Amino acid sequence: MSTPTETHAHATVTSHAKVKRSTRSSWAGLGIAVPVVLFMAAAPYIIDRGFQQQLVTLFSLVVLATMWNLLAGYGGMVSVGQQAYIGIGAYGLVYLADTLGLDPFLAVPLSVIIAGLLSIPISFLAFRLVGGYFAIGTWVIAEVVKQITMQVDALGAGIGLSLTSLNELSPGRRIAYVYWLSLAAVVIAVAVTYFLMRSRLGLGFTAIRDDQVAASSLGVRVTHSKRFVFVVSAMGCALAGGMIAANTLRITPDSIYSVNFSAFMIFMVIIGGIGTIEGPIVGAIVFFALQEWLSDLGTWYLIIIGVLAIVITLFLPRGLWGLISGNGRIRLFPVGYRLVNPIERFGRHPD
Amino acid sequence: MSPILEVSGLSKRFGKVVTAEDLAFSVEQGSAMGIVGPNGAGKSTLLSLITGVLPADAGTIVYDGQDITRLSAGARSEAGIARTFQIPRPFVDMTVFENAYVGAAFGGDSHGQAGYDTAAEALEITGLLHLADVPAGQLRLLDRKRLELARALATGPKLILLDEIAGGLTEKELPPLIEMIKGLHESGVTVIWIEHIVHALLEVVDQLMCLAFGKVLAIGDPHEVMRSPEVIEVYLGSTFDLGGAAS
Repeated sequence: MSTPTETHAHATVTSHAKVKRSTRSSWAGLGIAVPVVLFMAAAPYIIDRGFQQQLVTLFSLVVLATMWNLLAGYGGMVSVGQQAYIGIGAYGLVYLADTLGLDPFLAVPLSVIIAGLLSIPISFLAFRLVGGYFAIGTWVIAEVVKQITMQVDALGAGIGLSLTSLNELSPGRRIAYVYWLSLAAVVIAVAVTYFLMRSRLGLGFTAIRDDQVAASSLGVRVTHSKRFVFVVSAMGCALAGGMIAANTLRITPDSIYSVNFSAFMIFMVIIGGIGTIEGPIVGAIVFFALQEWLSDLGTWYLIIIGVLAIVITLFLPRGLWGLISGNGRIRLFPVGYRLVNPIERFGRHPD
Repeated sequence: MSPILEVSGLSKRFGKVVTAEDLAFSVEQGSAMGIVGPNGAGKSTLLSLITGVLPADAGTIVYDGQDITRLSAGARSEAGIARTFQIPRPFVDMTVFENAYVGAAFGGDSHGQAGYDTAAEALEITGLLHLADVPAGQLRLLDRKRLELARALATGPKLILLDEIAGGLTEKELPPLIEMIKGLHESGVTVIWIEHIVHALLEVVDQLMCLAFGKVLAIGDPHEVMRSPEVIEVYLGSTFDLGGAAS
């Protein structure tokens, strides 16, 4: 069929494994994402303040879901205590801006860094536990953080704090600025997750998620990697906490350290599709819509949400995104590695 | 030849159960050692101690002239120690290629194009290349065993530890696997192979160790070890398949 010279030339040309990381749908995804973000950025000129504030709530949910997915879906750590960092982010913003007089838009990144630093010693404590014990342990830690906050008078003790330093701005400006900050936070959270998961570190996280023991014997530094994810996730949750505080202007220990945040995060990630970047975004949008439509129903709202979670876990283990994407055929944010030339490279079909 | 692995005084116990007691042996660079022994002899524990999955209670493990007793599993993998698991542990939601690439990118410390090449080569050697883009969770047992080997190979090992890699395979599936391991050994990789299917083992190894109750019962020439009275005694009552290799 082919002369020896041809075979030789073939072998030299294709002696490298060709690996493809993007897909056609990922370019389409970028083509959609950029105009959507630009359009969203123009929203304060189009939509009213109330709607902007609602969207900030949605954005904070997207950030929270993305961070919980990073932790559980990629890092294999099921935490029920991310509200600790939401609280630290929220209290950090109010304390740094109102009491210490920092610019609120500087106080947000600062409290994100503080939350990240605090999560390092916390990780040493939490990592002594695994599985269900880890979940309960993180919850206990979050309660401890809440109790400590309530002991500090400068943080409003049990009553909480109001964010006043944003009042220097006119309400229209204030809401628009918070809106843009939150939109930027979503872009940062999703982009950080995406680039992290495409990196060598991300490959290690995915391996750890599937089998920790196998990952470690292939050279993945399991504990270091998990600590890294834990800290990034803490920072993301603190960012969401700052967004919530800037949006509602009032925080109390009971609301900002509420374990409901963890329940919401789990719900959004599970119904959207765990272990994908798209899933948590879909989950957050669905959860937000359900909240808007059903919150008047009181207890029934919680029952409907619970039933929905059960149905989706049973019948759609890959979540709504799994359904939309045809079980992963469409990937807007591809993080995998596809070998393009397995057969051509070696010119034969083994087996 | 110098030893690539020197184990001395190695001990491990779980409560009152002793799975390794004062183990001492060395493995020459480029050689192949087989490990046999009844169930519960401490064979898999020994592999876990060498790879760092389990910490040793006492003793030292010197690998390539360096004391690795306190190193993490990840660090030992980077140093060139690779293993396969008795029950395959694929990364089920990653593709076959990605599984191998994890080995290349971490244990082998080669990422990007060099890592892709290493991973593809490991898949070629183990005959998995045509399944490169298939999720590893969909593989059948033989291919899962091959993937264990491919991932270990992708780390670029100097020492490879095989934990009953032939276990559960049919007689027909054995020869290609044995050829693969022979090829690996001939390429200069030191092999330590735990196996119950002794005739498969005897085709490859040049040294055999028999473990029982966490102790070294016999070590040396494979056929002599299999003939020694102590070894026959621990196997007494069990059907013992030496196959054609012993005659």
